[in-house]
Amino acid sequence: MRRRRLAAELFLPLLAVLLLIGCASGLPLDPVAAPSRPTFAREQVRQGELLAAVGNCGSCHTLRDGPPFAGGVPLRTPFGTIYGTNITPEPETGIGLWSEAAFRRAMREGVSRDGHLLYPAFPYNHFTHLSDGDISALYAFVMTRDPVHRAAPENRLVFPLGFRPLLAGWNMLYLRPGPLAPQESQSAEWNRGAYLVHGAAHCAACHSPRDGLGGEKPDAFLAGGDAEGWHATALNQQSPSPVPWTVDALAAYLRTGIVPDHAMTAGPMEDVVHNLSRADPADVRAIATFVAATMGAPTPERQSRETAARAKAAQPALATVSPAATASASTAQPDAATLGLGASVYESGCASCHDIGRELSSNTALRLPLAVALHLPDPRNLIHIIRRGILPPDGEPGRWMPPFEGTLTDEQLAALVTWLRRQGTDAPAWPDVIRTVKETGIAP
Amino acid sequence: MTTINLNGRQQQVDADPATPLLYVLRDDLQLNGAKFGCGLGQCGACTVMVGGQAVLSCLTPLSVVGERPVKTIEGLGTIDKPGALQSAFIAEQAAQCGYCIPGMIMRAQALLERKPSPTDAEIRQHMALNLCRCGTHMRILRAVRRAADSLQAGAAKPETSNGQRSI
Repeated sequence: MRRRRLAAELFLPLLAVLLLIGCASGLPLDPVAAPSRPTFAREQVRQGELLAAVGNCGSCHTLRDGPPFAGGVPLRTPFGTIYGTNITPEPETGIGLWSEAAFRRAMREGVSRDGHLLYPAFPYNHFTHLSDGDISALYAFVMTRDPVHRAAPENRLVFPLGFRPLLAGWNMLYLRPGPLAPQESQSAEWNRGAYLVHGAAHCAACHSPRDGLGGEKPDAFLAGGDAEGWHATALNQQSPSPVPWTVDALAAYLRTGIVPDHAMTAGPMEDVVHNLSRADPADVRAIATFVAATMGAPTPERQSRETAARAKAAQPALATVSPAATASASTAQPDAATLGLGASVYESGCASCHDIGRELSSNTALRLPLAVALHLPDPRNLIHIIRRGILPPDGEPGRWMPPFEGTLTDEQLAALVTWLRRQGTDAPAWPDVIRTVKETGIAP
Repeated sequence: MTTINLNGRQQQVDADPATPLLYVLRDDLQLNGAKFGCGLGQCGACTVMVGGQAVLSCLTPLSVVGERPVKTIEGLGTIDKPGALQSAFIAEQAAQCGYCIPGMIMRAQALLERKPSPTDAEIRQHMALNLCRCGTHMRILRAVRRAADSLQAGAAKPETSNGQRSI
């Protein structure tokens, strides 16, 4: 009896618990819509990530300190300001509702999912050359990013370019859709480089000159162009680099931003290098191979420029270099007062790092006759670099030059630039440097 | 003789025009606030203001200063009457060894004179050039924030913590 009671005392609560569990697990719950995040193979996402690094996508689609690929970066063009859009897989403000077919059409034809035409600030005229597999990989990459709800600001374009159907005319003139055929006479590495340079890396978007309608001039491929107020140097046979580039030097430069006897990266190219540092090293080397081939073997003229630049660079001080008498007589010669001011600014502000014998303390600052910025068609890059200095990207060590904005007046900066051109090169003086200095001033 | 406009006064200086402004301030004028750190414009300890902007005085020859007003930390306040930034640095105890602090304060001063209510991100970006080897950066950022907020609140002189005078 006692045993039976004990059994009942144990059994009944157990039964109650089991009943409760049974009821709870059987309660119906409201269904939720399944999250529609597509799944992709890990290798495909990785392939897209590496390609996005080559394509420098984040430069226009990720704000400094902003969420990745959520857009909002202003791109200032001669036609107005265009904002990079949100390409995260968010349905309302991003591309969360885009099928792969819609993504492919945007890349190949510059048409948005809803049918409106995209501005060629998005370089679809280059991305059109990507292979189907690479476009799929990029799609896999962007569709697996964190979705961010954030609408890009309205573009501010000059009239009448806000009217997008006009772009159909631009596309007729400049868009050659579809992949490019490989050249069988060239090596596999050259062809890989050509594919990347023409397509994902879209080098010509900055390094080729553009015509009045903003189209890249086809007969001046990589002949030098403009990028956000900077001169993008020629990468063809007209390369202004005093020391001719080699494949090794280019590959190192593209991956690290610094290589002996050549300039450090500055300006918009910093972002490019920052991204390329995360790309497949073999792809970067392929790009270097193609670019070096496009520059071609150094001509006698370029070789003599190197000899002259190295001779100047070997002088203990830039001030002791005697300027060449070859400067064209047709250009206005800088006056003695300007040159004297420039020399004194260099002597007290620049020589402590840039003259010979300072390597240990200055971390191998470049001998300025070797600096490409002195050899360019206009002084904008040199002015920008002196003003802003060269600061490493957040979290990266290394390349460094202090900014001189505020230290030098416009007149002093112009005098320094004028003097550097005269001492460091045999090229003719830049005209009206002071005007360029004033036009490129950093807004306070 | 060169004349410079220093902390609101005309100051005669007998120095070679190529002399860095830092040496003129420290050696000729005994204004020892600005510090020699690296001499190469890499650390910011020598930061002073010239013409309203923060400059690295070790890389600024006397000859380029001209008539632009020079402001050093000695021009911001005294121990008895510290300026807004100085008070904020005291309140936040934003110094360990203190060597970088005059440069930090002068760079921050240039920012606040131009932009009285900067965002935290703007403060970080603006201050990025100046280094602190003790690792006091977080307190320094807080001090600049505090100074900006106190100036915005209209307080000519923000309170110091417990009325301490810890300079």
